[in-house]
Amino acid sequence: MPETITDVADVIYKTDALIAQDIDAYLETHQHKTMLRFITCGSVDDGKSTLIGRLLYDSKMIFEDQLAALESDSKKQGTQGQAIDFALLVDGLAAEREQGITIDVAYRFFNTEKRKFIVADCPGHEQYTRNMVTGASTADLAVILIDARKGVLVQTRRHSYLCHLLGIRNIVLAVNKMDLVDYSQARFDEIVADYRAFATSIGIDTFTALPISGFAGDNVTAPSANTPWYTGPSLIAHLETVPVRGADDLARPFRMPVQWVNRPNLDFRGFSGLIASGSVKPGDAVRVLPSGKTSTVTRIVTLEGDLDQALAGQAITLCLADEIDCSRGDVLALADAPPEVADQFQATLVWMADEALTPGRAYWLKLGTQTVSATVRTPEYVVNVNTMEHLAAKTLELNAIGVAEVVTDKPLVFEPYTESRTLGGFILIDKISNATVGAGMLEFSLRRAQNVHWQALDVTRKAHAALKMQQPAVLWFTGLSGSGKSTIANLVEKKLHALGKHTFLLDGDNVRHGLNKDLGFTDADRIENIRRVGEVAKLMTDAGLIVLTAFISPFRAERELVRSLLPEGEFIEVFIDTPLEDAEKRDVKGLYKKARSGQLQNFTGIDSPYERPENPEIRVDTRRESPEDAAERIVERVIGAWMPVI
Amino acid sequence: MNMPSLTHLQRLEAEAIHIMREVVAEAQAPVMLYSVGKDSAVMLHLARKAFYPSPPPFPLLHVDTTWKFKAMYELRDRMARESGMELLVYQNPEAKARGINPFDHGALHTDMWKTEGLKQALDLHGFDAAFGGARRDEEKSRAKERIFSFRTASHGWDPKNQRPELWNLYNARKNKGESIRVFPISNWTELDIWQYIHLNDVPIVPLYFADERPTVERDGMLLMVDDDRFPLRPGEEPVMRSIRFRTLGCYPLTGAVESTAKTLPEVIQETLLTTTSERQGRAIDKDAGGAGMEVKKQQGYF
Ligand SMILES: Nc1nc2c(ncn2[C@@H]2O[C@H](COP(=O)(O)OP(=O)(O)OP(=O)(O)O)[C@@H](O)[C@H]2O)c(=O)[nH]1
Ligand SMILES: [Mg+2]
Repeated sequence: MPETITDVADVIYKTDALIAQDIDAYLETHQHKTMLRFITCGSVDDGKSTLIGRLLYDSKMIFEDQLAALESDSKKQGTQGQAIDFALLVDGLAAEREQGITIDVAYRFFNTEKRKFIVADCPGHEQYTRNMVTGASTADLAVILIDARKGVLVQTRRHSYLCHLLGIRNIVLAVNKMDLVDYSQARFDEIVADYRAFATSIGIDTFTALPISGFAGDNVTAPSANTPWYTGPSLIAHLETVPVRGADDLARPFRMPVQWVNRPNLDFRGFSGLIASGSVKPGDAVRVLPSGKTSTVTRIVTLEGDLDQALAGQAITLCLADEIDCSRGDVLALADAPPEVADQFQATLVWMADEALTPGRAYWLKLGTQTVSATVRTPEYVVNVNTMEHLAAKTLELNAIGVAEVVTDKPLVFEPYTESRTLGGFILIDKISNATVGAGMLEFSLRRAQNVHWQALDVTRKAHAALKMQQPAVLWFTGLSGSGKSTIANLVEKKLHALGKHTFLLDGDNVRHGLNKDLGFTDADRIENIRRVGEVAKLMTDAGLIVLTAFISPFRAERELVRSLLPEGEFIEVFIDTPLEDAEKRDVKGLYKKARSGQLQNFTGIDSPYERPENPEIRVDTRRESPEDAAERIVERVIGAWMPVI
Repeated sequence: MNMPSLTHLQRLEAEAIHIMREVVAEAQAPVMLYSVGKDSAVMLHLARKAFYPSPPPFPLLHVDTTWKFKAMYELRDRMARESGMELLVYQNPEAKARGINPFDHGALHTDMWKTEGLKQALDLHGFDAAFGGARRDEEKSRAKERIFSFRTASHGWDPKNQRPELWNLYNARKNKGESIRVFPISNWTELDIWQYIHLNDVPIVPLYFADERPTVERDGMLLMVDDDRFPLRPGEEPVMRSIRFRTLGCYPLTGAVESTAKTLPEVIQETLLTTTSERQGRAIDKDAGGAGMEVKKQQGYF
């Protein structure tokens, strides 16, 4: 066991003979090395970071100055007394070193004679699961560590399950800290049997088990004399020989999500992207999805000259024989074997935000180079990672794993995640904060978009509006209960009507009693209420109308959803800004009194939030402006902004 | 069937190109930070490959300190010409007015010219995504950073609250004023960079190769006397030594190594056989205890 630097210095600085004698030969070998990406994961303190520190150290990736720093840091911040704490080589953030834990993934690199390795050291704490998932998503292999004294724990199960979900098919079970259980074969066998029972239950059929000590180095780079009963390879020897990803991808049909259209001048139009699967060469027939148009590849263009062929994993630019419509978000595919297109899916989701999933709310969904607006329905179930039971759930909390239906506003070109990480893996982005809140894996489509035939309407939206001689719009009034939304909206409608405009007012009275009578006042119902009103308003603008809506619509995300349904400029948010005390004082319908006395729940402003618009097109301060003046100003603003329709 | 698999350099190259194209497709105003070092050289080469036959559709930004090696300014101007890209040079006017320099002002020099200068330049032009050539193998807090590294409106980095980053799906969305630093060569090592330069004939500053150069030894570092602004201390006399540099920054802050490596394979050979890390020649990492770089990045250093 290395207690000081000098004990091991000889080993570390033993120079590689080939480098010293024949650098060209060395470079030639190095140039043809393959790359394996792997992670270390498992429960808190099982020794993940220590193992990586050890791998770096033993593969001579640590320089003298770093080693000197490690030695002094180990004494100051280490968890191993005076001995070297290898975890400090990897736990690079101040907060991690202070607490002796890993918070975020560290990416480290080392080479052996056979391969280059990128290893992502994942945090064990449940709190940081999203960081573990980040590391695991790009891995070809996972080393799952177990503390030999503790055996299989909840986090061992959670991480194994996540690795399996993310499609990592090479699993190594490293039973660590064997030095603390006297290198007992019985203990090792017991843990492996335990793990096997669990692994089989989640679909992990094979894994490779090794007894190791990251701290002392047993079976890490070389077989250990302390475990004569173990005859398998060392960890490194195993990592050097497992197959790397890529072969599977290459064997499948050609797919390339179009990232960017390269158009330096009128004579060149190329489509750039990373090949997700298969290979392509000039002369190949390809199909553009979702449009379905076909063409032929003419060239594969690079700075160093045209290529005869390009393979999965390469980032290329190719040209087509025909001037067909193709842009970012489209997928180029082998003409005879195109992927599916759909807009409703079943997906497994991992939730990554402190704020739970809101079913029905619109999020951005990014898959490959496609970004669409999507909603998640109430989950079918969440998984209890300890028992693998399916539990009923209304939402997904931070770190929950569940299955739910996902509905997109536009058709997506996709493949099941098990067949393609690129066309099956997606992230969900909050539309207001822009945070990445969830990740998902598409399983299958619930309805093929090909079957939905959009009626090609000859009487267009434009034609409807032209006949009415007006520019359609939605005047979206929002504000607290009793702020004066309906009063002002009514005035505006009267004035527009007097000017010969075709309008329609949607408010609680005409919507709640019919279209939305099945909805209550929970957050989910309020969201659905607004979604339906938004869709109806949109149809009415398609019919050429100027629509006025008067709903509290307390959530920013839903108002933004409606905005995104409409063409630019047609959504006019009118914020009736009345302080709560004024609205409460008026209390026309006596609702505030009921809410205050607890007879009414989920009342906006009292026990349910109102999210003020950040940049409303129009804001009415009811303390300063009379309803009459406000209505006049809104009409002017709206009419004034309109261009005559030709 | 024996399927061909890509080598590690091919995979790294494809990853970097993919990242650059994502940024161009999703950001409003991208820019490439160009420091003229070997990592910048590789980044620029990758950008030319990513967008060929178009020139890379963003400008190069050099946040200058006025204290770079002469040879760096020469290569910078040449590469801008050859790549057909616009070159923006920014020098912090306040640092200039106050005559901030590495000899008299120590840490303040880096802070004002580089950290402040960078923030000012990004704000001035309204860039919302900036490519940087940092690598994860350089330093322990870099090893923790995402490829798309989100910055607040005041350019701060929050290492404990980074966005999840799955597969090769990057979330480039941000609110007004916020920005993203993007590191396309995050997963490259120093050796990968050298080998790529070797295989692709990427032009680099000649200072990376050994030559006889005027030097003085000071505070355990071998410094090159690049121009006559170098104040010699009593008893100091420039001595010609065969030296080269592993990284390039401001010449008064960058330590050289004694070397005879005149070709790339020789440089690589020395790199592989050396026992000290690349950043050892840099003064910046030694500030603020063990967390020097992390603290600097929270303040807006690249
Ligand atoms: N005796 C012994 N101790 C070990 C071994 N591996 C790790 N340790 C110690 O176990 C403790 C936790 O190690 P870490 O490497 O930080 O654990 P981790 O799994 O990375 O922890 P998190 O990332 O925070 O989940 C440290 O004190 C290590 O020195 C081992 O093989 N033998
Ligand atoms: Mg750890």
